[in-house]
Amino acid sequence: MPSTYASSGNEELVDILEERRRSGDLSHALRTFSPQPYKEMTPCSASDLSKKTLESQYLKYIFKEIASESSLSMEEVKEDARLLLEEMSQNLQLGFIRLMGYTMTKVFKRLYTNIYVNMEGLNMLQQAIQENPVILMPTHRSYIDFLIVSYVLFTYDIPVPVIAAGLPLAGMKLVGEILRRSGAFFIRRSIGSDKLYWAVLSEYVKTIVRTGFAPLEFFVEGLRSRTLKSVPPKLGMMHMVLEPYFKGEVFDITLVPISISYDRVLEESLLAHELLGIPKPKETTTGLFKATKVLQEDYGCMHVNFGRPLSVRDLCQGKINRGQYNLTPRDLPQMPSTDVQACVNWLAHHIVRIQEEGSCISPWSLMACVLIQCPISTLIERGMTWSKLKDRTLWLKKLALQFGARLHWPEHMSDQDVLLSMVALHHSIAAYKGDRVFSAEEDVNRTAAVVLMLASYRNQSLHVFLRPALLATSIQLTKSTQRGRSLKLLAFFCFLKEILSNEFIFVPGKSSQDFEEACLSLKECGAVHVSSDEVTVTEAGLEVLSFLFALLQPFIQSYQVMLDFLAEHKTDISEKQLHFSGRSFAMKRILSGELQTYEALSSETQKNVLSALRALDGKMPPSCSTGLLMQSSSLGWHKSMYSISLQPYLPQPDPVYSLLSSW
Amino acid sequence: MNEMSVNAAHFPCSPLTRPSPSRHKHGSSMAANSSGGSDRQRAAQQRLKIIAGHLQRPSDHQLDITATECKAQESKTNAQSSEERTVPRRRQDVMKWNGWGYSDSKFLFNKKGQAEFTGKRYRLSGMIIPGLKDWMEETFGATIQHKTLATPMLNNTAVQPPNINDAFMEEIKSTDIPFSIEAEDRVFRAHGHCLHEIFALREGKIGRVPDMVVWPSCHSEVVKIVELACKHNICLIPYGGGTSVSSALECPPEETRSIVSLDTSQMNRILWIDEKNLTAHVEAGIVGQDLERLLNESGYCTGHEPDSMEFSSLGGWVATRASGMKKNIYGNIEDLVVHVRMVTPRGVIEKSCQGPRMSTGPDVHHFIMGSEGTLGVVTEVTLKIRPMPEYQKYGSVVFPNFEQGVACLREVAKQRCAPASIRLMDNEQFKFGHALKPQVSSIFTSFLDGLKKFYITKFKGFDPNRLCVATLLFEGDREKVLQHEKQVYDIAAKFGGLAAGEDNGQRGYMLTFVIAYLRDLGMDYYVIGESFETSVPWDRVLDICRNVKARIIRECKEKGVQFSPLSTCRVTQTYDAGACVYFYFAFNYRGLSDPVHVYEQVEHAAREEILANGGSLSHHHGVGKLRKEWMRETISDVGLGMLKSVKDYVDPNNIFGNRNLL
Repeated sequence: MPSTYASSGNEELVDILEERRRSGDLSHALRTFSPQPYKEMTPCSASDLSKKTLESQYLKYIFKEIASESSLSMEEVKEDARLLLEEMSQNLQLGFIRLMGYTMTKVFKRLYTNIYVNMEGLNMLQQAIQENPVILMPTHRSYIDFLIVSYVLFTYDIPVPVIAAGLPLAGMKLVGEILRRSGAFFIRRSIGSDKLYWAVLSEYVKTIVRTGFAPLEFFVEGLRSRTLKSVPPKLGMMHMVLEPYFKGEVFDITLVPISISYDRVLEESLLAHELLGIPKPKETTTGLFKATKVLQEDYGCMHVNFGRPLSVRDLCQGKINRGQYNLTPRDLPQMPSTDVQACVNWLAHHIVRIQEEGSCISPWSLMACVLIQCPISTLIERGMTWSKLKDRTLWLKKLALQFGARLHWPEHMSDQDVLLSMVALHHSIAAYKGDRVFSAEEDVNRTAAVVLMLASYRNQSLHVFLRPALLATSIQLTKSTQRGRSLKLLAFFCFLKEILSNEFIFVPGKSSQDFEEACLSLKECGAVHVSSDEVTVTEAGLEVLSFLFALLQPFIQSYQVMLDFLAEHKTDISEKQLHFSGRSFAMKRILSGELQTYEALSSETQKNVLSALRALDGKMPPSCSTGLLMQSSSLGWHKSMYSISLQPYLPQPDPVYSLLSSW
Repeated sequence: MNEMSVNAAHFPCSPLTRPSPSRHKHGSSMAANSSGGSDRQRAAQQRLKIIAGHLQRPSDHQLDITATECKAQESKTNAQSSEERTVPRRRQDVMKWNGWGYSDSKFLFNKKGQAEFTGKRYRLSGMIIPGLKDWMEETFGATIQHKTLATPMLNNTAVQPPNINDAFMEEIKSTDIPFSIEAEDRVFRAHGHCLHEIFALREGKIGRVPDMVVWPSCHSEVVKIVELACKHNICLIPYGGGTSVSSALECPPEETRSIVSLDTSQMNRILWIDEKNLTAHVEAGIVGQDLERLLNESGYCTGHEPDSMEFSSLGGWVATRASGMKKNIYGNIEDLVVHVRMVTPRGVIEKSCQGPRMSTGPDVHHFIMGSEGTLGVVTEVTLKIRPMPEYQKYGSVVFPNFEQGVACLREVAKQRCAPASIRLMDNEQFKFGHALKPQVSSIFTSFLDGLKKFYITKFKGFDPNRLCVATLLFEGDREKVLQHEKQVYDIAAKFGGLAAGEDNGQRGYMLTFVIAYLRDLGMDYYVIGESFETSVPWDRVLDICRNVKARIIRECKEKGVQFSPLSTCRVTQTYDAGACVYFYFAFNYRGLSDPVHVYEQVEHAAREEILANGGSLSHHHGVGKLRKEWMRETISDVGLGMLKSVKDYVDPNNIFGNRNLL
């Protein structure tokens, strides 16, 4: 693979491992590091930061509140806060960055053939860091994400960030401390209603932003995506980092979405097993060493794409009335107003969408899209013929490019070699034997794991096809392509979006844009004709539409299974039990051949169905909280009807879709 | 109310504006100069000049010269002949028609390319300012080669002929009140000192101007004029010092009636001084410098010194809620006013007694103060006066950065020990102040300067690109001043402040005043700029300074300004609960097709930023027409309704039709 290449968007990508392979690792670790910091940074040490936090007016208010609600004295509350802060705070030291740099060079060279970074993004970041406090917002697909950004920034002489990390990491012997000194600060997983914890954390984060101590890095998705799809953003941290702008404590904040894409993810099988209900191993140092086995494998390329720096000031223009803080002390603990909540939510989703668009899609992901549409039994028994796989993948490549995907398709190799190398890279999932490609195994549990892995790789490119696929599904389900039906189509499109809103990322309030975008994409690839009030499928479009329709089928089917399960299961059960029984329910259907997709077994899908139902439930009138009905024509709820299906057919020309739950 | 003589605070100040420089010599006893010969001499010279002017260019309007005896209740002892006053009826004889201040005083680059300040009036007059050229070139990217000159003379044909209400004019004639319909007089009263106003004049562009100017010389003449205006449905616009920076003096273009500018400058007498109660009753047209000088002659002062006090008038102060730099001792105008007389279309409003405080419903003075000429004309004001202070001392403190400086000012305010004036300049202004240092004559001084610089930057480790300066002015009896000084310097030391001498302090105050003249110089070289102010709670001072300055820079960039702008601020007043912040903003407009429009967009954005950051619409400049659009959000629907209902009652036919404020 070349050390630099131009991406499909004609951006220069540089392989940062190239130089590491040519020159000494130690000299890299010991390189001169004198980055240009934020111009208004108030120089302070990590301990000053904690001190500032602890002495803030905001925490004073909080201590007082807590002391008056509990039997504790102000001093005791403050002491508690100090301990929390001790547990939380980072202790960024250059020496440890160098140590990490050294170790990571060793590890990366072993794991990856190339690590590509877009230089333009990096240059813009370097500029942006001097101007305003910067928030780095990478995707989170692997533990590797955790330090790669620091590694790249260190290499290019840009200030290294402090990073929000999960507390379990801090518990690792030695490693926890190394991470802390590499800039990690640790956050408990479930903060819940611990008021003091929230307050200390948010003041700590806000102090970092206000002082411009260092760029702040956090994963807006909150946790590693187990499915390699984007996860709906968590808003707590987002609120904390943005508030200093809303309150005028900084002139602007720069958000930098970063998309980290992997040809092959280190934890692939771990993730699949987690989805099947096998809990992830606790993060321990010994565990880490045991995992060194995975370091023997090849994981292909990694892409770190630094997105264009975004000005929060520009993004929030007209969305936030900053004057709302004029009449109370800004330090006073207060619930964010509705406009702030809406804006933060919107912004977080917006960022995740940009991360998606910035991610780099590997040929393997397209192959996974194709493979997973093949019946599982075929994949196990007869395999898919190579030529079919190759043809379909190349066809899909064209479609993906038409839809504006950023592909990493090595130019210097023949397509045949590219695809073969991909199968070789993913030998844990697929095998090439006698001109056929096999996947999955006889053992049903093993099969499930492999299918979920395959599904995850498909998910890497799903965002490219998602909107057209929703439209294709809507067209298929409503048969609504005739004149005057565009509105109905839109309504169904929105309905699907709403149901799947936990599954995929949709920017709130952008339904009609999403719809337009879908129409435009399909129109541009010649699959449909669009006029003011109708969408007509062209002859040539059938192939595209049926592919897109099939792409979403596993989701539609999985949701249907969960709904059926919930409809049958009327008694109250705990969420944990529900995952377990839901999974056996789905498994039975798979074994009986009623259900085609193993994805219904995924705990992630189950969770998403529940969340979707909860969200829908909240929107219903209380009187019909036991049954939901959705009428696609009006999207209104009807009390009288309780049956429902999401079947891929339509009984009537003006159909009624309803969605039932026993919830 | 009258005139919008807002303290155009960008232009300030004090020490030098005063014709008697000795008074402000630091450390000197104030009593020394009370009836200094130089005053008299200057006044005499001025009188001569004016008379000469009249001789050379006799007015073609006869009525213009008619002086009327006014029978006010003035005590003969305090009477002054009007010629001694600063402001003649033909202001254009002494003052620039298209720029700031006196015609004889201006900055220019001499043949050697050095900046100098002409004239004899000010301390800086006749001096070379070696650093200014480099500063202008570095700060704005301006060069001496790129010059854009103002139209030298008013082209009378560019001025619309007056729209005369004949019946009104006939009746005015019969009262013997002087008036004029000359183009020069009308144009002079058609503007304040906003950038767009001056810029248009320099280009020779004249918009709607008043159709007639009248010069009443006492309260009863104003009553007469207002009566006639009501009778003939005339639009009256009171005009005091003309230093407005809120578009308050602009004639509403949509006004179809005849517009009459009521110039109060001839109502300029101190009618009496009450030494028992320490009050003075003064006609509202008097300008600040005359008021102080005349009171000084009797051993008193008001202590009200807005930066525009050379030209702004007492009535204007009342009409705009003015603030003076020494308000920490003397108070702002609302603290100084004991009694006000205002002529409105409904009649005269005034209180029946001079009780120092009253509980008689909402204070009607507060309908008058800040009414910006929309309700009537302020004719007479009773003000508090104080014996002149025994001792005055300047001072200055250098802080390592602006944050520390603000923290120090906050502490000073908390301890309620603010000196007469305390102002904190940011780093850019500090550098600006430096650039305005006149040529040093002695090697010793320049050696000392070098030593000071070395001490602060090298020995104390201050970053010359971050440090900032606070200027101080102490006033009172000698012992207390020294004690006070120590207290303030002790506080400053806690915030890393180093005493930086009296000279720096004094130059700081000079800067405030010369900046107004400097704008004219800038405009000769493609640089336009302006200042604006706000007041803000203490906890937001730093944030508002940073954000507004950054917003200005960003907006300039977005609007296509090719050169980086000057965007700087200072904290000029401290209060218990907040401070007054002043922003200065200027840029080189070469390459822009409509620089004034760009300027206005940036200023608009900056004001939005101020409001979003918890700042007020105005601390003392007022609203005028420039900031009207934000009044509703500023004072709420009901608040606006209250003001409107007062206007509707007092002036139902909108005789005072300048359309400010509401």
